[in-house]
Amino acid sequence: MDEVLLRSLTPSVLTILVRRGADFAAAEDAVQDALVEAVRVWPDDPPRDPKGWLVTVAWRKFLDATRADTARRRREDVVEDEPVPGPVSGTDDTLQLYFLCAHPSLTPSSAVALTLRAVGGLTTRQIAQAYLVPEATMAQRISRAKRTVSDVRFDQPGDVATVLRVLYLVFNEGYSGDVDLAAEAIRLTRQLAAAIDHPEVAGLLALMLLHHARRAARTAADGSLVPLASQDRALWDTRLIAEGVEILQAALARDRLGEFQAQAAIAALHADAPTAGETDWPQIVEWYDELVRLTGSPIVRLNRAVAVGEADGPRAGLAALAELDDTLPRYAAVAAHLHERDGDLALAARLYADAAERAADPAERDHLTRQAARLSRSS
Amino acid sequence: MAKYLLLKHYRGAPPAVNDVPMDEWTPEEVEAHLTYMRDFAARLEESGEFVDHRALAPEGTFVRYDGEGRPPVTDGPFAETKDLVAGWMVIDVDSYERALELAGELSAAPGAGGRPIHEWLELRPLLTAPQPMTE
Repeated sequence: MDEVLLRSLTPSVLTILVRRGADFAAAEDAVQDALVEAVRVWPDDPPRDPKGWLVTVAWRKFLDATRADTARRRREDVVEDEPVPGPVSGTDDTLQLYFLCAHPSLTPSSAVALTLRAVGGLTTRQIAQAYLVPEATMAQRISRAKRTVSDVRFDQPGDVATVLRVLYLVFNEGYSGDVDLAAEAIRLTRQLAAAIDHPEVAGLLALMLLHHARRAARTAADGSLVPLASQDRALWDTRLIAEGVEILQAALARDRLGEFQAQAAIAALHADAPTAGETDWPQIVEWYDELVRLTGSPIVRLNRAVAVGEADGPRAGLAALAELDDTLPRYAAVAAHLHERDGDLALAARLYADAAERAADPAERDHLTRQAARLSRSS
Repeated sequence: MAKYLLLKHYRGAPPAVNDVPMDEWTPEEVEAHLTYMRDFAARLEESGEFVDHRALAPEGTFVRYDGEGRPPVTDGPFAETKDLVAGWMVIDVDSYERALELAGELSAAPGAGGRPIHEWLELRPLLTAPQPMTE
């Protein structure tokens, strides 16, 4: 059974239940129960209409739960009179579901968890494993998130930007455990792109595809990081690159530039270079200028300094770097790289060692430690 | 979304404000302290921020490789500090500010006289997995 196909039905089934009058939290639980039952039943008895099957089963689960609930509270059982599920309509409100799960009242971690469950159809256990927290903690995070949005009207207009931020966070979490969050983020962004025509949604999808295309080249067999310049470009996934570039070009043609399109344009220029030496750095610097204008982010300025160093030489890069706050994450790593290219190996070695101490992840720390050792030996 | 380690020290940190050893507390004070700690962990679980919580036994041994074919050295020069770390808690929170806030709450656990211990805790970020977009 194709579990991804099954999970891709989650948002439309859930929105149908909500449209029929089920409250979001109860409907979401019922859909999860139906997914579990599908995993159990479908291998031996595949349904002719998977979505219809899920709607019927989820609705029954919802009624059962509501009945049990009302019986407990000794209230009149009104749900008995609800109409029997009819044929499933083709339209759904997937977009509304994305908005709800990324509602601004949620913290980033709760929006991520709720999106993965209610839109992605992942189980609480899978989400907990992916984020390396106990299942009980993740269950609480999700039920709190549901309570937080319980008063939000389902058809309330939402903000695409908040949804994109959530999907970006999911993609950047990478993969640990048995759930590939990068692949899941791509799937959810594709689904969003199908639900709404928006250049930044396309921009984010292109960005994810272009980064994902390099995944196999990014780590060596021993797990160590391989920087972009040293990657074996034959390992890049040309099909994903072609798709990402095509999506990006269509988005850019609409002349409504945003930060994700600009980031994707930079990724596309890297993907376009047959060798690291043939990278079009001047054009990359221009895109960084656009990104600085769009975001004003100091991290973007730091990356721009690297690009300036490649386009106009290490001195120009160091001059761009000098304007930035030296407490920025990766500042020392960038400074080390530019000083090495400028020929000051002793200073570069010290800066690499300093950068290793401040690295946020072990793979990056090990990479910087190796750089420091390489230069200390040669200088 | 970042994980932090809260380290509780036996020694090595400056004395707490309310620095009365636990074996001099009344049974009610001990009970109040334990309840506070239990409630704190339960509250974190309820808020979806709890990851792990362990206490360490006070005894421990320093070990060092002493060369091929020789038994490892187990009698280090650090006998005074072997009970440096008493236990830890790992939390998963949205911001550094939230981690600070929780560490402050934990340090306010009641001790002698039912007053907060003001115990020193060490807060350290855990390293994360590499992030593809920051390549």
